[in-house]
Parts: sequence; C-alpha cells; structure tokens
Amino acid sequence: MAASLSPVEFRVPPVDAVALETRAADLATRSIKKRAKVQGLCLAVSMMDLTTLEGMDSPGKVRQLCGKARRPLPTRPDVPPCAAVCVYPDLVPIAVEALRGSPVQVASVATGFPAGRTDRQTKLREVELAVAAGATEIDMVIDRGAFLAGRYGLVYDEICAVKEACGAAHLKVILETGELRTYDNMRRACRIALLAGADFLKTSTGKVTPASTLPTVLLLLEAVRDHFLETGRMVGVKAAGGIRTSKDALRYLVLVAETCGDLWLSPRWFRFGASSLLNDVLLQLEKERTGRYQRPADFSAD
Amino acid sequence: MPLPVPKTYKLFVGGKFPRSESGRAFQPAGNPRLNVARGSRKDLRDAVTAARAGLVAWSGSSAYLRGQVLYRLAEMLESRRAAMQAELRLGGATAAAARKELDTAIALSLWYAGLCDKVQSLLGSQNAVQGPFFNFSTVEPTGVVGVLAPEAPALVGTLALVLPLLAGGNAVVALVSEAAPFAGLALGEVCASSDVPAGAVNLLAGHRAELAGQFAAHRDIDGLLVAGRPDAALTQAAADNCKRVRCCDLTPADWTRAERLRSLAFVEPFVEVKTLWHPVSP
Repeated sequence: MAASLSPVEFRVPPVDAVALETRAADLATRSIKKRAKVQGLCLAVSMMDLTTLEGMDSPGKVRQLCGKARRPLPTRPDVPPCAAVCVYPDLVPIAVEALRGSPVQVASVATGFPAGRTDRQTKLREVELAVAAGATEIDMVIDRGAFLAGRYGLVYDEICAVKEACGAAHLKVILETGELRTYDNMRRACRIALLAGADFLKTSTGKVTPASTLPTVLLLLEAVRDHFLETGRMVGVKAAGGIRTSKDALRYLVLVAETCGDLWLSPRWFRFGASSLLNDVLLQLEKERTGRYQRPADFSAD
Repeated sequence: MPLPVPKTYKLFVGGKFPRSESGRAFQPAGNPRLNVARGSRKDLRDAVTAARAGLVAWSGSSAYLRGQVLYRLAEMLESRRAAMQAELRLGGATAAAARKELDTAIALSLWYAGLCDKVQSLLGSQNAVQGPFFNFSTVEPTGVVGVLAPEAPALVGTLALVLPLLAGGNAVVALVSEAAPFAGLALGEVCASSDVPAGAVNLLAGHRAELAGQFAAHRDIDGLLVAGRPDAALTQAAADNCKRVRCCDLTPADWTRAERLRSLAFVEPFVEVKTLWHPVSP
C-alpha cells in the first residue's frame, strides 16, 4: 500500500465555474447528423456499461441484460456489443456465466455501494469476493463523509487499499459529484483518486441527483488530461447517471474529443454508465436506417 | 390609446406553446402580420413523445373525470366566445358563420363530455358463455392517435375529430387547418385552462403535404384519423406498423351540423376491446 501523502499534495487550483459551464454549454451546441451521428452512436454503444443496480435485480434480469449487451440489436449484427455489464457483487457469477466467450466485461459495484458507509474490512472483503467471482472491473465509492470533513488522507488511503484488493481488475472510482457540492471539491476528489491510482474516474452512483452533468464530466476530463500531461499515465472517465438520450451521449463524446483528444474516444478510456440510454440509441440508429421514427415499445426493456 | 399586442400563433405541445423547432413560420392568409409557427417533422416527433406521456395521465384518469374535464373545456369555449370568434373571422368566416360555428363547437364539447363515462357501457358488454365463467368485454384506448383535420371548418373540424378520441381515452396529435389555423391553435389555450393533462392534446400547424406522410410513417402513432380521403401513399406508409387509418369524409354541409358530428361511431374505431374470462364457482 502506498504511503500516506501530505495534505499539500491534495491542493488544487480553484475551478472557474462560469468558464467551465460556458465551455460545456458551448460544446453542447454542436450539431452531429447523418453518418457522423450513426458512427457516434455506435461508438456510444461500444462504450456503454449496461447497468442494473436495484434491489429487485434477479438472475433472470441480469441474464437478459447480458444477452442485450452481447447483441444490443438482434436484427443488426453491425451494432457493436456494449463494453460491460455492471451489477451488484452477488450477481457477478450470473453475469460471468452469461457473458462467457463474449468481449463484454463484467463490472461490479463494491465497497458498500451506493453509500459506502461500512467499515474498511467489509469494503475490502467485498472487493476481493467480487474479483474472485470473476468481475474484471470494480466500481468503488469514495467516503464522501470523510472527504467533506476534510479527511482527505483517509479517502486516499482507502482508494489505495481498494486498488490493491482489486489486483488485475480495473478500478473505477465513483466520486458522487452530486454530494460533493462544489466544483473545487470535485477537482480535489479527482486529484486524490488520480494520485491513489484509479484506472477510471466515475461521476456518480446514479442514486443521487444531480448525477452526471456536462460541466462535471468536463471537469473530470480536464483532470484526467492534466494528469496525463503531468505523469504520462492515461486514466479513463465514466459518465454515469441521468444520461438518457442519444443527444446527450453525443454531447459527451464531443466533450471527450475536444478535451482529451481522439485517443480517449474508445471504450478503453471513456464509458457511459446507463440503463435506459441504450434503447434510445438503438431507436435513433433504427431511425437513421429506416427513415421512420421508431416506437419505444418495439425494443426490449432489458 | 392602448398598445396593440399582435399574437404569434404557436404550436401546442406537451401543455406548452413552443415555436416550431425548425424556426420556420408561415402566413396562412397571405397576411404578413399573421405569423404562424410552421411545424416540422421534429415538432411531430416531440408531440408524439409528449402524447405518450399524456396518454398515461389521460387514460389513467377515471372516465367520470375525463367527462368533467371536457365539460370544463366547453365552459372555457363559452367564456372565450369573443376571442374564439375573432380567431374564426381571421380565418375568413363571416360574423354570423363564426357565431354559429362556435355554438356547434360548444354543443359538441358538451355532448362528448357527457359521453365519456358511458363509453364503457355502450361499447363494452357482458357476454353469455358456456361454462362457469363471467365473461366481460371492456374497451381501452388505442393509444396515441394522429388527426389530420379538414381545411374547413377551422374550429369544429379539429374539435369534431379530437373530442371522440379524447372521450375514448386516447392522446391526440392533431394537425389543424393549413389555410386557417388560428382557431385550431387557439384550442390549445382552451385545453391549457381546462385541466386537460399536458400532452393529452397536441396541436400542430403547417403544410399538410409536408406533414401528412410523417404522421403516417411515425411508428409510435397507433392510429390515424384523416379528414377527407387518404391517398394510397398515406395508407401504405401507415401499414408499416399496422397503424389503423380511418377517414371522416363529410360534405361541407355535414361539417356544420352538430347532430351529424356527435356519434358513438366516431369513438368506436379508436378503442380496443379486451375480453376477460373470470371463473365463478359453479
């Protein structure tokens, strides 16, 4: 485990909120149509972590979701599979079984998702069990209570410990930006997670509003870009929660391309965490192919 | 001297009054002072999305409440007599014709308000079957129904097609008269103040030649009610998702007669019959 850092390491320059929001709004006005739109939407599908994180999740629902992730549109083999299926730890074995032989990864939330209010040992054990069950990606939540109380070292140490428990699995660190309140806090949380060795920064759990917004994702992307320029290490970003329409997805892709460059425009470095987004994207793809607006009820719910 | 405030005629989508997404406008009467938002296929798409949401609220409310809301709509027409007649006159109606058309419109609203909670009894049934079962047929709305209103009459033409659909519990997206869209669009103001749920009624204006095909091709519209005779291209496009197309081909004289326009026969094509078998102990 890495040694604790001094508080000065967690200092970040303040965020210019007006500039950030203006830039995000500005990039959101770009119009993407026809062939570029189809390409963008297919890319979005390949970046999608198809997610089901509800108390009522069942093995049947997870299997169904895995089928959808392997082949999002049964009639269209040219629509790529999703990047991953994201489930609670106890359903990881089901997902692993259902996705065997496919390129789709199994992601598991862990560390007492979504609140993260359990002790360190339980969190680490949960991560270990999820990895042992076959999860190749772990989505952890940071300790927002400790963060807001100013105990940044504690947050850092915990991420380091979880990273170690992950082993070869990829670690996505959920900052839960909706609970951090200010952009300055978000930037500091990014800094802590990047120093602690996160493979991905993820905006939110999807259980808190506001979840993912364009300005917060822009902030994360800038943090990742600056980290890359500083250290040469590439880190991914996952926008999760509240992304429901194809239009939103394309706007995020514009942000990625304009902030981090084309290198990040791949499922390896950018992800969408969503459940209802996929169907809207499929709807738009079919609209582009047939020229007719589609009926949402014609697409499977899971 | 009071400052005159000319009205911009806007669409009515999801309980709001947006301009066209396309930014376009047209001057139906050739009058450059009368600008009407010219709906595009994306406005239609937005309207259908709104109607999907409106359908849940409208079909989910009790038939009695739907009747109350339509009664309120009649009240609002009554209290806005002067304004509605002015809209009709903008569309070229004489003062006498405008008054008469408004009378018809109010009478129709009242009649369909009363019909709402009787649809189930009139179109549903309890069926005699062999075996220990109660057997009921109940009616449910078809869903989101598109309306292509006639060119004239401007108000009654739209209302006479929309009201029976509403009485059946459907949500409606209507394209109002192209030549005289004023009174049709003003219906939005009446709906907005009548507790009609947002999205249950959506009103578009624009060129029929441009939009009719889009109504037919949209896969999320369940049915299409067309004034006049639909052409082959329209029915063919509608066949893609097995959309039910019905036409209402009346003579100009018929369009002015309330007794010709109020009929259960206008409700019946856009409800679905569901039959339930309920076991009884012998």
